[in-house]
Amino acid sequence: MTTTRTPASAAGRYVDARLGVARLAKVALRKVFPDHWSFMLGEIALYSFVVLLITGTFLTFFFNPSMTEVVYNGSYVPLKGIPMSEAMNSTMNISFDVRGGLLMRQIHHWAALMFLAAIAVHMMRVFFTGAFRKPREFNWIIGVNLFILGILEGFAGYSLPDDLLSGNGLRIAEGITRSIPVIGSYASFLLFGGEFPGSDFIPRLYIVHVLLIPGVILALITAHLIMVVFHKHTQYPGPGRTNSNVVGYPLMPVYLAKAGGFFFLVFGVLALLGAFVSINPIWNYGPYHPSPVSAGSQPDWYMAFLDGALRLMPGWETHLFGWTISWNVFVPAAVFPGILFTALMFYPFIEAWISGDRREHHLADRPRNQPTRTGLGVAGITLYALLMIAGGNDVLATLFHLSINAMTQTLRVLVFVVPVFAFWLTRRLCLGLQRRDRETVLRGSESGTIIQTPSGEFVEIHTPTTPQRAFALASHDSPAPLELPAAQDPRGVRRPGSRALARLRARLSHFYFADALTPATPAEVAAVVHHHDEPTPLPVGDNPQPSTKA
Amino acid sequence: MATPPPPTQPEADAALASTTGPGSDSQLVPAVPARFEDPGLPEHRLRRTDTDPRAAKRAERTVSLLFGLAMLAGVGFVVAYFAIRITDPTSAIRSTQFTGLALAVMLLCIGFGAVHWAKQLMPDHEQIEQRHRVASTPLEQQQAGQILSQGAVEVGLPRRKLLWGSLVGALATLPVVGAVPLWGLKTHNRNQTPAQALSHTVWRSGMRLLKEADKTPIKPSDLSLHEVVHVIPQVTTAQGHLRPDVDANAVNSHHELTLNELAKAVVLLMRIPPGDLKEPAERKNWSVEGIVAYSKICTHVGCPIALYEKTTSHLLCPCHQSTFDAADQCKVVFGPANRPLPQLPITVDAQGYLIAQSDFTEPVGPSFPERG
Amino acid sequence: MKRSIPLPRRGRRSRWAAVALLAGLLACTGAVAAASTDRQGPDLAAYATPTPADVQAGRQLFVANCSTCHGMNAQGSGTAPSLYGVGAASAHFQLSTGRMPLRASGPQAPRGPVSYTEEQIRQMTAYVGSLGPGPQVPSAQQLDYSGLSDEQIAIGGQIFRTNCAMCHSAAGSGGALTQGKYAPNLRGVDAVSMYEAMVTGPQSMPVFSDSTLTPENKVAVIAYLKTMEDNPNPGLTLGQLGPVSEGAFLWGVGLSALIGIAVWLGAKAR
Repeated sequence: MTTTRTPASAAGRYVDARLGVARLAKVALRKVFPDHWSFMLGEIALYSFVVLLITGTFLTFFFNPSMTEVVYNGSYVPLKGIPMSEAMNSTMNISFDVRGGLLMRQIHHWAALMFLAAIAVHMMRVFFTGAFRKPREFNWIIGVNLFILGILEGFAGYSLPDDLLSGNGLRIAEGITRSIPVIGSYASFLLFGGEFPGSDFIPRLYIVHVLLIPGVILALITAHLIMVVFHKHTQYPGPGRTNSNVVGYPLMPVYLAKAGGFFFLVFGVLALLGAFVSINPIWNYGPYHPSPVSAGSQPDWYMAFLDGALRLMPGWETHLFGWTISWNVFVPAAVFPGILFTALMFYPFIEAWISGDRREHHLADRPRNQPTRTGLGVAGITLYALLMIAGGNDVLATLFHLSINAMTQTLRVLVFVVPVFAFWLTRRLCLGLQRRDRETVLRGSESGTIIQTPSGEFVEIHTPTTPQRAFALASHDSPAPLELPAAQDPRGVRRPGSRALARLRARLSHFYFADALTPATPAEVAAVVHHHDEPTPLPVGDNPQPSTKA
Repeated sequence: MATPPPPTQPEADAALASTTGPGSDSQLVPAVPARFEDPGLPEHRLRRTDTDPRAAKRAERTVSLLFGLAMLAGVGFVVAYFAIRITDPTSAIRSTQFTGLALAVMLLCIGFGAVHWAKQLMPDHEQIEQRHRVASTPLEQQQAGQILSQGAVEVGLPRRKLLWGSLVGALATLPVVGAVPLWGLKTHNRNQTPAQALSHTVWRSGMRLLKEADKTPIKPSDLSLHEVVHVIPQVTTAQGHLRPDVDANAVNSHHELTLNELAKAVVLLMRIPPGDLKEPAERKNWSVEGIVAYSKICTHVGCPIALYEKTTSHLLCPCHQSTFDAADQCKVVFGPANRPLPQLPITVDAQGYLIAQSDFTEPVGPSFPERG
Repeated sequence: MKRSIPLPRRGRRSRWAAVALLAGLLACTGAVAAASTDRQGPDLAAYATPTPADVQAGRQLFVANCSTCHGMNAQGSGTAPSLYGVGAASAHFQLSTGRMPLRASGPQAPRGPVSYTEEQIRQMTAYVGSLGPGPQVPSAQQLDYSGLSDEQIAIGGQIFRTNCAMCHSAAGSGGALTQGKYAPNLRGVDAVSMYEAMVTGPQSMPVFSDSTLTPENKVAVIAYLKTMEDNPNPGLTLGQLGPVSEGAFLWGVGLSALIGIAVWLGAKAR
């Protein structure tokens, strides 16, 4: 082999001599990524974040985060001569007096909404395919924290222009801060530097928005991606795709082109939105002032579930010994999201404890094969969606000629009922789909052709299932529920640990896995082929040895 | 055979090996395997661009065309940026649309071009990479553990308890030192507690009510039935000086109230039909001819409540839809608020203008712990 | 009491035909701009001086069309209010925006197609105006905001945000009230209706009398809303409903488009 002496290789050698990158590049450039559209959802979030950094940097050159009052004298006539904060004034100037300013502002805001929406759907994908399981639990926690930080970052950005809409949003944030038991008033005074609105909050929020939170997000994204590379991506089960390999396209060149191209596509779509779809037209809202308020005052979509929870909560307060506890505010705005996100964060550990499964998992679950988890996920999404509806109930009421009172009262019930129903329905659907998968493997799929047998019977021809499809449909595990271990081990020594906890674990394990079907086995297929006119009983998971029939 | 993982088995590290593919179990029962065997990756299918040079050429041309278009759009962006001068909002939006369109076309062309290139022309043989064990080998774990425990011995962790205890103590005070300066975030109202600051407003006895729209005083006869006026306090005397009972910090150089004061002091004035108005005995003299004044700040989380419905005399907060009955002491009739809106006692002065009898008798706005 | 079903007068119709013909001719000669400025609403001068004949004709129309609910003498009933003292402006507002006659019972009367001719509305307005003192239909001069400076329009905006935006939204898009009632969208509403709504306080809306909101301030509010209507908008405005419609658009269009692109990206080429 002759070594070529091109300028590129010379440059490569120059860099490698100083950084030794060739060793790394050799491995990294051949790294394989499985190809599936649902694996690109996180990339949408990542690229939206890059777009946010680019456009946000542009905006900082023109934005002035000051609450000093100035008189607007820009080119937008209906606000001429109106006193407003420097923050609002500079945002107005960005919108109407800086070339490319409005474009950047609108792209920035759309990208923020997209960032969080993409995180949400990415989380759904990870949840429903069980991609949070060992060894990826830590990365799931990072992901949940990125979502929380994204929400805070978005709210900070939404508040910076100091317009009437976001100013009332801050007013609400201040009211929520006051509701913290015991220290509420002090917490509010620390945040706002005294009484609301004061003159400190926008500058403080600004540094939080442009440095503190983005810095943490950037660090967490880096850790998130390093872990993705280290663990290698999960893949969907299929022929040739096992728990011990990863099948896909190499980074160089295919994934570089696809992922790189996708960045431009995400940016392009955001640019289209920014160019042609109005978002947060602050000139319509006017500057913040404590007296006015606008109908239809809502936060951006990712905060809507909290606003909805605030709207639905009944007006309960406790007044005791000269102290107030505002359940009506603190519960929906702090306790509820606290519980929600904590549960989300620890879900991988909870599920692992219930299943007792300590293996590494690199194959994505098909959601139907985990009916209880899928049901829980759908229930959670349903609850979130109902709260979002509650958060926009006034807009929906005017659009669909409903009464906000009736909507609120109905939703107060529905947030408890519908998620339970959604759970039950999803679980049944999953079990039904599992049954169909079993049938497909055992008897093939219906071909639509009906023949008459010599005995005069009409039978539909079933197309036999290919080995590839059978493998894809029936290679998953179906965990059996844990049984409550005897209180004493065989030698009569009491087992360590809480008995009540063990009982809870066994009960939860039954709740999770008792109904699951075991996948079809070759033995069962053989049995069906031999006695194809006898119905095969469907073995279920709590039948410990389903394959003994064979 | 579906082998559920033995859950109580503590040594689960061998897990990866046991799940290296269901096919591995198949040696146990050679005749009928317990699981379907992995048929392996499906055969690679050639694309049209692999078999037909003309298709490949076409794809190449398409990609080049897209990249070329991107370049043109980039030029278009620069042209649009400089050609459209911004003089008013209309031209600003025209600039936004043209530069935005050019930017979007440029980005989308690059993106579609790159992906099309990857899909059509780059090798599409799927490659297999083996996964490695995430955990280190037992030997490595053991070695790391040894280094750690040896290090602990070397620094005398088990023996020098006092030394370690004092170090932990020293480090534990560090976050306290880091957090305490944040107390300085509370820059204002140094002379009163938050609860004190939140418990009073700028309203004083004899202070006139001003229409917020044009800053003029109000006579009861100005309000017809079901009329609503948005009110702010008049903090100046007839001569235009600041009233002596008003803190100089509460106003700016034009004697206009600061936003901080306004955020507590804004009031809603309504004339309720005499038959509808329900007043307890102790508040009988707080209204004038059926005209009542209530704080405009919601007791839920502080939005201004201003939606007065003539047909019901109800006040609705547009943020979370707490509803208050203006005819009945602004009690909560719906929604998440708990407390009624505080009422401002009013009367008329010698000239017949509406004035406050005093400050609010309770804190306005959202509850706080010391609120009682 | 004699009931007569009113028929539009022939002469009136032919006059409209003449106007239409004239407008057509104007358009043909290229003076389209002149024709497009006729969205001034009714000829308000005619409302200033109602004749006894107008009142009489209006009363007949009232008895025929409105008395079922409002009573034969407009004294009101359990289902509809008395019209004594509501003023000509109130009648004109309700009739010219098609809110009256009420088509179906509901939380409130919605805007709808106008049921009467301009002439009939004028007559009924004259009748209701004759019942007692009340707000009058404003004159065209009163509503003329063309002389307002930029700053005055901006002040109108400030007044709008304080007094109106909580129900009608800062963008004038309308909003929800309790129990299915709502404040309507203000875009495209003519100046007369806005003015009349302020002085009469239709349905749930409170009254803004001239002593609390001067006529000049009312006109400034109208000027602000009309200026807002002419605001340049970057393409889609999503109903100017704020974050709710923005969020819905992001999920329904933006994210969906990107997921669609991702599906294409992940699909194998043939």
